[in-house]
Amino acid sequence: MMKAFNRVLSILLFLFNILLMNSAHAALEIEISGGSAQQIPIAILPFAETSGVATNEMIHQIVAADLKSSGLFRVLDTSGMANLPTTSAQIKYPQWVALQAQAMAVGHVDSLGGGRIKVTFQLMDVLKQTQLIGMDYQIAPTQVRSTAHKIADAIYEKLIGTPGAFGSRIAYINKVGKRYTLQVADADGYNPQNVVSSNEPIISPAWSPDGSKMAYVSFEKKKPIVYVQSLSTGERKVLANYKGNNSAPAWSPDGSKLAIVLTYGANSQIYTISANGENLQQVTKSSAIDTEPVFSPDGQFIYFSSDRGGKPQIYKVPVSGGSPTRVTFDGAYNVSPHFSPDGRYLSYIRNDGGRFRVALQDLSNGQVQLLSEGSQDESPSFSPNGRVILYATKVRGRGALATVSADGKVRQRLSESSGDVREPAWAPLAKQ
Amino acid sequence: MNRNKVWMSVALAMLLVACKSTPIAPAKVEDKSVGTPAATADQNANGSDTNGIKEVNIDSNANGNDGNPLRDPNNILSKRNIYFDYDSDAVKAEFRPLVEAHAKYLVAHKDAKVVLQGNTDERGTREYNVSLGQRRSVAVKKALNLLGVQDTQIETVSYGEEKAAQNCADENCFQQNRRVDIVYGNE
Repeated sequence: MMKAFNRVLSILLFLFNILLMNSAHAALEIEISGGSAQQIPIAILPFAETSGVATNEMIHQIVAADLKSSGLFRVLDTSGMANLPTTSAQIKYPQWVALQAQAMAVGHVDSLGGGRIKVTFQLMDVLKQTQLIGMDYQIAPTQVRSTAHKIADAIYEKLIGTPGAFGSRIAYINKVGKRYTLQVADADGYNPQNVVSSNEPIISPAWSPDGSKMAYVSFEKKKPIVYVQSLSTGERKVLANYKGNNSAPAWSPDGSKLAIVLTYGANSQIYTISANGENLQQVTKSSAIDTEPVFSPDGQFIYFSSDRGGKPQIYKVPVSGGSPTRVTFDGAYNVSPHFSPDGRYLSYIRNDGGRFRVALQDLSNGQVQLLSEGSQDESPSFSPNGRVILYATKVRGRGALATVSADGKVRQRLSESSGDVREPAWAPLAKQ
Repeated sequence: MNRNKVWMSVALAMLLVACKSTPIAPAKVEDKSVGTPAATADQNANGSDTNGIKEVNIDSNANGNDGNPLRDPNNILSKRNIYFDYDSDAVKAEFRPLVEAHAKYLVAHKDAKVVLQGNTDERGTREYNVSLGQRRSVAVKKALNLLGVQDTQIETVSYGEEKAAQNCADENCFQQNRRVDIVYGNE
């Protein structure tokens, strides 16, 4: 009886789901907490659909969710408002001034014929009654989500002053049962796509700088081997399979080579290898552990974790080799360095009295801030605009993803409904 | 509300398997070596059609004692796990007889090869743990070297925390994860 009821319920939910959500469902559920003290009040109005092409996606809802997630906007409730305009000419400004909106977005979707549609939107300054942005996008109906993210990015850039990252993508490993799958999804967790899957562990996904390829470590041959895979064709090649371990790939900023970690018969050491697998060169030469390499954004240095001084700390070394210098001095244990895109900040993991937390160091003055609140946080990576750090955390014993703004004020958690999610990496740039 | 959304996503994920075309082509992990048919990553899948018949080989009973000392449960060579203390790569005295037995076997069988697989508990970052596990497999290799085993017979690798029992609540559980597994080449 209960079983039959559940069955009916699941079918109803399924149909309801189709009506509301379309196939681009979120694998990752988002929870937001915190927010900037000064949020910009903004109204995002429903876009009029005159296209006759059912998009099944509510553009204004996607834009509103993006802006809200940044913590920098207060999206105003417009559900009680009469006469919702869809062009700037229809706006009666006094009612929006009364709602205390500083800016408002209006738009409409029209058919272009041949299955294509045009999305038009305007961002208006409510107090000055002037247009801040006016754009249209001629797209296929399947591109509605990505177009909504572009609109959110445009609004963010106009009102905040730095480019948005809502149109970017993230990669992560999703473990379901014994199966490991490297997935790529939109930055909001929607539209997850499988890149590669295996019954043996996959770790350390690393985006090529142009976002077209991914390097990762697979244990499918019972040892860690570094692979590089094209996202568009699925073609995968062994980058490094030497005796011992092959792990921790990191791309140079120009994409021409990677830093990797090899062991042969000894401890982890850092090497560089060209992207086609040739020209292997040893960078560090120690009897200690040297691992987790990452290139500085100027391409001159490799930053890495090493226990050469006893406890693990972060060091840097010229890409051509030479003697490393120490970078982290606060805290007894710092590993997993990752750069902000502008090279000003270094994020890493600190063992803070038994709790592994995300730290952020300003490289100009050495100041360090602990940003995350978990106890097993790992794998920090920056959004392409440098405003947000994505990392892996644990929620009730299961892997989940979380973000924290670089100022520590806004937090988000993205949890998977069925799996154990780990090893996130934010794609270096928005690519469509 | 959130619960419903999760519910709906699960229902959708289960029922809506094939979605629209995407710019990302999923790749199956496969063995690209010449002559091997493409398969999924899972190498233990035996691709041949057995017609439902399970072969029994009376010469090598996989269940245990087949005369091979490596698989004889009464022989110390069947013991393959060396456990370590927290933050340590020192091979403890209690594992000395085990290491010596494997060294003796490897010296006597120059064609035998072993892979030493290092492991750690789940605390710390995955890549750093790969390096810590490696340090443990190197420590066992050095012990074997001192007993006369050639480098050519040994490969040291590490799984880091990837094989660790997850969500350990106590030291007893953590300790099970801090180990080196000895795996012979034909296993």
